[in-house]
Amino acid sequence: MRHSICAGLGAFLLLLGPARAADKLKVGFVYVGPVADYGYSFQHDLSRKALAEAMPDTVETTYLENVPEADSERAIEKLARSGVGLIFTTSFGFMEPTLKVARKFPAVKFEHATGYKRAANVSTYSARFYEGRYVCGKIAARLSKTGTVGYIASFPIPEVVSGINAFMLGAQSVNPNVKVKIVWVNTWFDPGKEAEAAKALLAQGADILTQHTDSAAPLQEAEKQGKLAFGQSSDQYRFAPKAQLTAIVDDWSGYVIGEAKAVRDGSWKSHDTWGGIKDGLVVLAPFTNMPADVKAMAEDTVKAIAAGTVHPFAGPVTKKDGTVAVKDGETAPDPIILGMNWYVKGIDDTLPQ
Amino acid sequence: MRLDLVPRPGRAPLAALLAPALAFLASVLLGGVAVALLGVSPAAAFAAYFIAPLSELWSLQEIAVKAAPLALIATGLAFCYRANLWNIGAEGQFVVGGLAGGCVALATQGSAGFTFWILPTMLVAGTLAGIAYAMIPAVLKVRLGVSEILTSLMLVYVAELLLDYMARGPLRDPAGYNFPQSVPFDAAARLPYLMEGETLHAGVLIAFASVVLATIVLGRTLFGFEVRVVGASPRAARFAGFSEARLTLAAFAVSGGAAGLAGIAEVAGQIGQLQPTISPGYGFTAIIVAFLGRLSPPGILVAALVIALTTIGGEGAQIDLRLPLDLTRAFQGVLLAFVLGADVLTRFTVRLVPGGAR
Repeated sequence: MRHSICAGLGAFLLLLGPARAADKLKVGFVYVGPVADYGYSFQHDLSRKALAEAMPDTVETTYLENVPEADSERAIEKLARSGVGLIFTTSFGFMEPTLKVARKFPAVKFEHATGYKRAANVSTYSARFYEGRYVCGKIAARLSKTGTVGYIASFPIPEVVSGINAFMLGAQSVNPNVKVKIVWVNTWFDPGKEAEAAKALLAQGADILTQHTDSAAPLQEAEKQGKLAFGQSSDQYRFAPKAQLTAIVDDWSGYVIGEAKAVRDGSWKSHDTWGGIKDGLVVLAPFTNMPADVKAMAEDTVKAIAAGTVHPFAGPVTKKDGTVAVKDGETAPDPIILGMNWYVKGIDDTLPQ
Repeated sequence: MRLDLVPRPGRAPLAALLAPALAFLASVLLGGVAVALLGVSPAAAFAAYFIAPLSELWSLQEIAVKAAPLALIATGLAFCYRANLWNIGAEGQFVVGGLAGGCVALATQGSAGFTFWILPTMLVAGTLAGIAYAMIPAVLKVRLGVSEILTSLMLVYVAELLLDYMARGPLRDPAGYNFPQSVPFDAAARLPYLMEGETLHAGVLIAFASVVLATIVLGRTLFGFEVRVVGASPRAARFAGFSEARLTLAAFAVSGGAAGLAGIAEVAGQIGQLQPTISPGYGFTAIIVAFLGRLSPPGILVAALVIALTTIGGEGAQIDLRLPLDLTRAFQGVLLAFVLGADVLTRFTVRLVPGGAR
C-alpha cells in the first residue's frame, strides 16, 4: 500500500514537471561588471541569451553581475551549490577562486575566461583580440591626418600590451612614421576617467582614438569633437554614428553554445581555447565613416588573417630596445604573445612595471 | 512652516530597543513594494533574502566569513566615532594591513622546518601597518588641525594604488605571464579552516574576540570612559583633564589597528595571495555597519551579520529570481536611513511650527 502511494506520488511529480526541469542543464555566468556596460560583460551576457535561445528545452541560464574579484569565491560556489552544471567565470581575477571551487565540486564544469591555469573540470578560453587591433591599426594609419593616434589602455597585462603592439605593427605597415600616444587609466570601466583620457589625447593632436577599456565614453568624446574612433568589445555604433570606424566585437556565443552542447552529450573535456577571427570569436563591426578603398583594405586584411596569410606578429618584429623579438620569416609563437611585456619599436611610451 | 526637533524628557529603553527592529520591518515592507513593482512575488523574495541563507550550513558559514571583517573594522571605527573623530579611511588601513602582512608571507615563502611563527607575525605586521597608516591623519589633526575626514579619505586611494603597484610590479608572480598577482601563499601563511568545506576560517574567531574585547574596553576601562565622555561632552572632558590629542591618537590607533588586522585576516583567510584589489569596499560598508549597530560593539556584531545576510541573500535572489544587485544595495541604504531616522525619533519629538524659516 505504502509503496503504491509512493509510486503514485512519484508519477504525479513526474507529470508535474519538476523532474523534467531538473533534467535541464543549468548554466551560470559570473560577470565582473554590470551587464549594462555595453562592453565586455554585455557581450558575455549576449552569449548567455544566445545560448538560452539556441537550446531552450535543454538549458537554463542564470548569472551574477558586478562580482568583485576579491569576493568572487562565494559567488562562484553559490552557483555550484544551486545545481548549476556549467559555470563561466568571465574575468581574469576569478582564476584562483574558480580553481578552488572546482576542487570542491568535481562534477561541475568550469570555464574561465582569459586565465592560464586549468584542472580536470576547468577549461580556459580567450580570444585573439590582437588580430582585430592589427586591422584597426591599418585603418587608423590610412585615415589619420595628424599621423597621431590616441590609445586609452587599461592595465599593463599581456592582453593589453599585445593589443597595443599589434595596433602599432598594423599602423606601421601602412605608414612607418605613425605615432601612438598612450594613456593608462587603470580601470576596465569608468566612463568619467575614459572621457578625460580621450579629451587629453585629442588635445595633444591625436585625431583618431582607440581604447582597451569597456565604456563608450571615448567614442562619444570623439563624436562630439568631430574626430574618429574605434568601438571596444561591442558594436558601439549607436553611441557614435559619425565617429565609429569599426569595433572589435567579442562574440562568445558560438563557443558558449558549443561547450553547453558538449556537457549535455557528455563529451566535455578540459581544454584551452584561444580563437580569433577565423573561429568567429573576434568579429569586426561593419566598416563605417571611411572611404571605399580603406574599407576594401580593411576587409582584405580581415580575410587574410582568417586565411592565415597575414599574421600580426609576423617577423621581423623589433622590440623598442632594438633587440629582435621575432626573426624574419617566422611568426611569434603563442607563449610570446601570451606573456608580452615589451613594446615594439616606434612606441613612445614606457610600459608601467 | 518649519519642523522643530524637541528632545524627549528621559529615555525610554524599550523604544530604543524596538526602534531598530521597527526600522528593519519598515525597510522590508518598502523593499517588498519595490520587489512587487519588479513583478516578483514579495514572499519569494523575502524567502530568498532572509530565509534561504539561514537554512544551509554553508551559507551560515559564508555569512560569518562576510560579517567578520565588517564587524572588526566597525568595532574599531566605533572608538573614533564615539569620540567625534571621523576616520573615513578604514578601507585604506585595511588595504595597508593586508599588504604588509602579505609581504611577510611572500618574504617567508618556501621556508621549511619551524614555520609556526609566520602566521602570528603576519597578523602583527598587518595590525601595526594599519595603526601606522591611521597615525597620518591623526597626527595631522593633532599637530596642524587638518580635517581628518579629508586626509583619511584621500589616503584610501593612496593605499589602493600602492597595493595595485605592488601586485603588478615587485610582488608579481614571476611565473604568472605578467598577470597582476602574487604567488599563492604557503599553507603556513594561511589562517586555518575551522570546518570542513574550506569556508569558515579562523579570522571569524579573531573578529568575535575583538568585539568582546572592545565591549569590555568601552564599558569598563578608563580609556573607554574617556572616549564616551569626549564624545558626549567635549567641554566636560576638558574640565576633567582628559587630553584631546592623546585620545585622538589612541582612537585612531584602535580603529587603524582593527582595520589592518581585518585586512591581513582577509588576505590570509579568504584570498590566499596578494592581488590588485583585496577588498570589495569593506572599509566603507563598515561605516554603515558602525552606525547601524549604534556604535556599540554587540550592536555592530548584529548589524554586520544583517548586512552579510542581505548581501548573500541578494546573490541568491539574483540567481533564483533575477532580482538586480541594485535592489540589494538600495535596501541596505534604506535600512540605514530608517535606523538612523528611528533613532532620532526615539530621542526627539517632531513639532510642526507655523511661520517662516528662521
